[in-house]
Amino acid sequence: MVLITRKIEFSASHLYHNPAFSAEENRRVFGKCNNPHGHGHNYTLEVTVAGDPDPVTGTVLDLKELKDLLEREVMQRMDHRFLNYEVAELKGQIPTCENIARLIWELLDPKIKKGRLHRVRLYESADLFADCYRNGAAG
Amino acid sequence: MGVRVELGRRYQFAASHRLHTDRLSEEENARVFGKCANPFGHGHNYILEVSVSGDVDRATGMVANLADLDNFVEREVIEVFDHHSMNEDVAAFRDVVPTTENLCIEIFERLKNFPTAKLERVRVQETSNNSFEYAGENGRERL
Repeated sequence: MVLITRKIEFSASHLYHNPAFSAEENRRVFGKCNNPHGHGHNYTLEVTVAGDPDPVTGTVLDLKELKDLLEREVMQRMDHRFLNYEVAELKGQIPTCENIARLIWELLDPKIKKGRLHRVRLYESADLFADCYRNGAAG
Repeated sequence: MGVRVELGRRYQFAASHRLHTDRLSEEENARVFGKCANPFGHGHNYILEVSVSGDVDRATGMVANLADLDNFVEREVIEVFDHHSMNEDVAAFRDVVPTTENLCIEIFERLKNFPTAKLERVRVQETSNNSFEYAGENGRERL
């Protein structure tokens, strides 16, 4: 098995606010991330697919297809968007790195036909990231 | 089959060490550890990556509250190692060579009781060319 990783970057804004919390609770739990008009990040996404290279082409998958998939599912949905208001799948969720990474996993996993999605890593900054793996699979 | 979500956080600290053991002769120490056995030690800017897993809390969207994790790592690791000599200042390395392999294990042991999420693994980068990972005694499948 070989792992192949494709990286993309996108920029988006978000804010953390739970309407079930009081204003004080929101401030205590989410800190500056609760500022009402939001803020943004340059996100870096690394998508890793596992598979055996095809004996004829020597490739696990067509990288162009993966690139197009990431463009369609991630870039068009999230790049230069306000995640709370413009990404329907995140409605009712706090758009944390964990939740965005999980959404990306759920968007990509059924659409990767050659090889198998192994890991989604989403960096919100160089010091903060979330990883998604298939449950029960090796990290 | 669901998805496992991990939160990863990066920290930095600067510390010195000397790779040397009394169980080897001076010649053997020099042969095994090279420059790292120089008598007064040397230092690195270490980068530590900590990964924890757990359910994503529906109310907060988080696996773990970042401030809780930061405070825990600060107390258990950063305060202990940052701007210290591992050989002289950290009890665990009194009789254990402070290689980055052993440092990984020591940091994992210090962090494994983080109360609100499960410690999956630690990764320590000694320089931009060397990094080490540890996921606990039975952690082979989490690497």
